[in-house]
Amino acid sequence: MSYKKRLDGRGFEEFRKVEAKVGVIKRADGSAYFKFGNTWAYAAVYGPRNLYPRFLQDPSKGILRCNYNMMPFSSSGERVRPGGSRRSKEISMVTAKALLPVLNLEEYPNSVVDVFIELPETEAGSRTAGINAAAMALADAGLLMKDLVSSVSVGRVDDKILVDLDYSEESYEDGPVADIPIAIMPSSGKITLLQMDGLVSKEQLSKAIEMGKNACQKIYEIQKKALKEKYNNVKGDAE
Amino acid sequence: MNKMSKLLVTEKEIVVPGEVLAEGMDNLPGVGTYRDGDKILAGRLGLTYIDGRTLKLIPLSGRYNPKKNDIIIGKVIDISFSGWRIDTNSAYSAMMSISEASSSYIQKGADLTQYFNLGDYLVCGITNVTSQKLIDVSAKGPGLHKIKGGRVIEVSPYKVPRIIGKQGSMVSMLKQASGCKIIVGQNGLVWVEGEPDKELLVERTIRKIEDESHLKGLTDKIQKFLEKETGVKLGGPQ
Amino acid sequence: MNEDLKQHVIALLESDKRLDGRKPLEYRKPLKVEYGFTKTAEGSAKVTLGDTEILVGVKLEVGEPYPDSPGEGTIIVGAELLPMSNPEFESGPPGIQAIEIARVIDRGIRESKTIDFKKLCIKEGEHVWLVIIDAISLNDAGNLFDSAALCAYAALQNTVFPKFDGEKVIYKEKTSKKLPLKNIPLSVTVCKIGNKYLVDPTTEEEKVIDARLTVATIEDGTLCALQKGGEAPLTQEDIDKMIDIGVEKGKELRGALKNG
Repeated sequence: MSYKKRLDGRGFEEFRKVEAKVGVIKRADGSAYFKFGNTWAYAAVYGPRNLYPRFLQDPSKGILRCNYNMMPFSSSGERVRPGGSRRSKEISMVTAKALLPVLNLEEYPNSVVDVFIELPETEAGSRTAGINAAAMALADAGLLMKDLVSSVSVGRVDDKILVDLDYSEESYEDGPVADIPIAIMPSSGKITLLQMDGLVSKEQLSKAIEMGKNACQKIYEIQKKALKEKYNNVKGDAE
Repeated sequence: MNKMSKLLVTEKEIVVPGEVLAEGMDNLPGVGTYRDGDKILAGRLGLTYIDGRTLKLIPLSGRYNPKKNDIIIGKVIDISFSGWRIDTNSAYSAMMSISEASSSYIQKGADLTQYFNLGDYLVCGITNVTSQKLIDVSAKGPGLHKIKGGRVIEVSPYKVPRIIGKQGSMVSMLKQASGCKIIVGQNGLVWVEGEPDKELLVERTIRKIEDESHLKGLTDKIQKFLEKETGVKLGGPQ
Repeated sequence: MNEDLKQHVIALLESDKRLDGRKPLEYRKPLKVEYGFTKTAEGSAKVTLGDTEILVGVKLEVGEPYPDSPGEGTIIVGAELLPMSNPEFESGPPGIQAIEIARVIDRGIRESKTIDFKKLCIKEGEHVWLVIIDAISLNDAGNLFDSAALCAYAALQNTVFPKFDGEKVIYKEKTSKKLPLKNIPLSVTVCKIGNKYLVDPTTEEEKVIDARLTVATIEDGTLCALQKGGEAPLTQEDIDKMIDIGVEKGKELRGALKNG
């Protein structure tokens, strides 16, 4: 039995319907949301700002703190207990590691940049939506950064390699499945997030990474457009 | 092999981090941009500014970045025996030593709260910023002083030039129309003092300037708005 | 400078004005209620009040009833004031501000008998529905109390039972049965600054209020919950006047809640 057609009819390289908007949380220094289908992530950035307690400060560069959290009603199954879990702590950590390579935190010694990622709706691909939103929010906050970060989940279902697995594909039971979230720096193609859950051969993984990079370039265009849309009114400022 | 240099953006274009601005070695990477091999890329979200051969980016957003010689509105957040700690509305607080607080001599051991107390706002100048972002400020000098009464409102730091206007034309107009004292800090804090009604008008006008800062002919628009609100004819821009 | 700010606010109130130009008993615009923003919750709503934004999601779970009420389900209300929504909020478990908001919303629903808990019973003594309401702040520009309450009541209007197969809930299959509601409450928080009253405070105004009274009413104006907050005491006259304002404004706000 082979997985011939995707359950929602998408092409193998096609990601779900994407929505991206910048400047959605007024009090934050920078903010954005990003949706893959029914997975919706908000990101808000506060910083650079004071860091307490003092002993956490790093005189050579600013610290990046990421907090990923699913809202209690975000799961299509049971309610998610508030307060985070080991899973959300791990995702917070890999998210920070995915974003760090683009940030020039040496310009902000002794301070902290806080990134909050909150999801009202999750249906697979939540960490990748979070990273996409966070990258836009960091740029919106005016931070010095070499590049954005673009992310998508690639997967293996049966003998097919697919972009942006949805919930039904992640839980496919009639054959082997692998979930591979990936994030890249679009201008260089370098990889800042790579995880893999499941069974996959080295050749399949290579193909998945290739497809993932291509998909991420398309996502970069969407992030770019969302950022420019918020600001395309301000050209007159320089006068 | 001689590669053709190519400028890929025009003036006043909005670019995002990582976007390629130019190829080849003809152009130079200015503030907000960086060189990677034979490309110049955007190092932040910004507005392009081409200065001869140098590509620069003007920030469109972000918190205040303290700079030497900026005049800011600060707030006292701590007092020690050697001076005051001042909140600058950025990630870094500043230090004002006893010798920099006033043109009159302050004795050692004097009660410092008599000069500036916790929570007091003041107009001060940034005298030094180290690479570690240690900041010194001074309230000694013309135009620098404690602030009493009135209201302090917060604006985006990158809108400050618009609120001040060319050679102060915008803020002068605001003062004339409202009869209020107005001091605009480079750090995005604005102090307004006058009749409560007029202070409200100044705040509303400043928000309007913030929202419409991208439009041409803003000074005229604001002049008409103020004339309508106050019924007072304002002198044209100096 | 809070004293200065307070004197300011009081001076403006003498001429019936506030820092943002509103009248004392005027709510901010826009006031928007959007139903069903998420497909994952059994019921959801988003409220925008000025720049304040709140999300509420309702999840339904099946559990055992309390021993003293074997034929009744119940509600559980939680509120999270996210650090994302206000730079002054800290990460961590809900603080007292969040807890107070949650409990006041809870009381509004419980005392107005909006939900007949007996109708939440599946099998007496064994299975009852638990209606779990979570209010999450997205952007705090003041008046989380009223916006969270309004959002919670709207989310309930939008709530549909999932299927229960006798043993567990099958969330993927929604029934067409809506949560039965009557007597939807409305919360209005009336604030006192100096000797003036106002509603819908901004975050700046919240810093200088002397006292507040949250007044929850049902459609015919009957009071179903009260909560006094703030450090200053209130006179009997204050309370009478503030309740009057609460009832009147409640009627006005009710228009924002459709029947769907």
